[in-house]
Amino acid sequence: MAVVLQGFGALSGLSSSDSLNSKTLQLGSFKSRLERNGSVLFVRSEGRFSGSSNPRKLITTNAVAAKADTSTSSTASKPGHELLLFEALREGLEEEMDRDPRVCVMGEDVGHYGGSYKVTKGLAPKYGDLRVLDTPIAENSFTGMAIGAAMTGLRPIIEGMNMGFLLLAFNQISNNCGMLHYTSGGQFTIPVVIRGPGGVGRQLGAEHSQRLESYFQSVPGLQMVACSTPYNAKGLMKAAIRSENPVILYEHVLLYNLKERIPDEEYVLSLEEAEMVRPGEHVTILTYSRMRYHVMQAAKTLVNKGYDPEIIDIRSLKPFDLYTIGNSVKKTHRVLIVEECMRTGGIGASLRAAIIENFWDYLDAPIMCLSSQDVPTPYAGTLEEWTVVQPAQIVTAVEQLCSS
Amino acid sequence: MAMNRIVSSSSSISNLHLLRSLSQPLLRRPFSSHADDDKTILTVETSVPFTGHRCEPPSRSIETTPKELLSFFKDMALMRRMEIAADSLYKAKLIRGFCHLYDGQEAVSVGMEAAITKKDCIITAYRDHCIYLGRGGTLVEAFAELMGRKGGCSKGKGGSMHFYKKDSGFYGGHGIVGAQIPLGVGLAFAQKYSKDNTVTFALYGDGAANQGQLFEALNIAALWDLPAILVCENNHYGMGTAEWRAAKSPAYYKRGDYVPGLKVDGMDALAVKQACKFAKEHALKNGPIILEMDTYRYHGHSMSDPGSTYRTRDEITGVRQERDPLERIRKLVLSHDLATAAELKDIEKIFRKQVDDAIAEAKESPMPDPPELFTNVYVKGFGVEAYGPDRKEVRSILP
Repeated sequence: MAVVLQGFGALSGLSSSDSLNSKTLQLGSFKSRLERNGSVLFVRSEGRFSGSSNPRKLITTNAVAAKADTSTSSTASKPGHELLLFEALREGLEEEMDRDPRVCVMGEDVGHYGGSYKVTKGLAPKYGDLRVLDTPIAENSFTGMAIGAAMTGLRPIIEGMNMGFLLLAFNQISNNCGMLHYTSGGQFTIPVVIRGPGGVGRQLGAEHSQRLESYFQSVPGLQMVACSTPYNAKGLMKAAIRSENPVILYEHVLLYNLKERIPDEEYVLSLEEAEMVRPGEHVTILTYSRMRYHVMQAAKTLVNKGYDPEIIDIRSLKPFDLYTIGNSVKKTHRVLIVEECMRTGGIGASLRAAIIENFWDYLDAPIMCLSSQDVPTPYAGTLEEWTVVQPAQIVTAVEQLCSS
Repeated sequence: MAMNRIVSSSSSISNLHLLRSLSQPLLRRPFSSHADDDKTILTVETSVPFTGHRCEPPSRSIETTPKELLSFFKDMALMRRMEIAADSLYKAKLIRGFCHLYDGQEAVSVGMEAAITKKDCIITAYRDHCIYLGRGGTLVEAFAELMGRKGGCSKGKGGSMHFYKKDSGFYGGHGIVGAQIPLGVGLAFAQKYSKDNTVTFALYGDGAANQGQLFEALNIAALWDLPAILVCENNHYGMGTAEWRAAKSPAYYKRGDYVPGLKVDGMDALAVKQACKFAKEHALKNGPIILEMDTYRYHGHSMSDPGSTYRTRDEITGVRQERDPLERIRKLVLSHDLATAAELKDIEKIFRKQVDDAIAEAKESPMPDPPELFTNVYVKGFGVEAYGPDRKEVRSILP
């Protein structure tokens, strides 16, 4: 099966590298397990290694990739149901609210109105006004309230109508949300989820097109994830709600109407794991959120031109999944980061620093980073198009990288 | 006056070792029996009446017992001693950074504790040492935290402004002015959500009373009928700015507009107790209420502020002479013959020794180990149990 061979190739690339010492042993046993069990193993990932005294990241991210593009070949799950991304978020939210009575949602217009992007539609009639709370327009205080409630054990989900509005709550998110677990010496946990749409939309204007990943990434104590498909949106939402740490879930305004078939059974994705979208050989392209689709579009052109890009959706913005990323870098030796964040101090800048620090010896070329321009997003359509990275720019960048 | 009364020594009070045995007969009951007497009802009138805004203020006559009065005295004496000891420790450079002292305001903490249970929540700003003590914190943990030692209540990682005690409902300890008010309203929300029948006291100062988030949180609390009691500890100075220079309307109990308010003499522990009892009943039935405690701090805003550039020394000594909370309770105790002045002085001496012992013990506590730098940033276990639709578990542990 094509899937198995691709993955096999990826693993064999790994095990041949010399600098891995203890890791080689682990991968070796993993490889033999793969050989033994054939194709079905590929979809699965086993977290437990017998006799492993050094439990490191053991998952195969290919499991997710196989799920996404070869749903017909995965024999493990039934066909599933088709839905849009915002419906997937709602499904995840609803399942978690059913499962745990401490989960509540608070935000502007989430209750009776159903949510400005319909993520919480239908939840208020079902769960009542105390669990799906319509707040006044007071981000600072309702974020603080959710954090205070979380200190006692509730698990609130804060929805920012647009991520940019959460800047008003920066003090609460940074000082109280991120730091209370530390400054109280571990007495309080803050299991909140802060979610909302961000990113550049269709001519929404400068203040409604903000990318807050860069502002929150250095707050200690926070975890950040970005969803990009209905499958990972639902899985990450569930994982974020179950996590004891404060998690910021970044959604994108333009991705809410993506349609995909997701499994019927329950699943929870890992918050620190990246997704292998397309395995490849020549160059590693790291991306997240909406830029994944621009990269996929560019990939079509690139494949026609003879390149074989490996595309990874990093998903976890803090902490980075350096295991997956590192394995990829060791294989391809060339990295391109495509992001929607600003050039200065964005996620790409941090990721670049992390890769250089950890994988310098494996790089054949400087890491290229394509990010949005350091300008407020203009209203005019043509100008707005040029603030974000376009597929043509990605193709040019890959050609440049591979020719050096 | 009280010095003329004599008490004969008896074994039940030997632990206090404060009696002089004399041959005269017993003229009043020994101190210890008063300390346990919670049956005799004493009625005390507050010197200043309550002022209400949109509510009927409670009565000026407050019922109390000898046990309660003596416990007020003891708690306040201990708090006063602790704060003065912290002052010396700061000058000896054992406490660094910011140290905000509460002496002068002890009545608020002590009166509040008398009216509520440990299931009710208290959240305050950075002037939190005495509130922590009132909630059940020990002297050793407090001093260890101030000195940044492992034995501190936050393992030395919080400091003066971050005292917490989850098991007795003390939620801190916050450095940013006003940020604790939405947190407090959130605690009240959680209490309503869990149907606990308890209330939250969110304390803030006259400086924080002008913060927007206060009014935002108050609006939400009033809308959703949350059992939140906002207590403004008005010590008349927001750091160096007098209240009349910072607020157009310094009647903080009225600033809630649609929310009822009550102005209380915050230097009178009994008045505070009455007000908090009233507020608790009100909050459980009718939603939020604002209490303004008219109080005063003797020290400056923090240890780096002498406290005399924006107010006169005469003012400070004037308040100390006329309104000191400890003296007020001392006078009450003496006038009701619950103890002699000498006994009270001896109690203070004992507390001085207790505080010194606690400081010595706290000094013994080691500094946190270097790996502690990285603990408690995230909850242990980091990620979450993740699994795919085929139910195979994936557990990720980062290196």
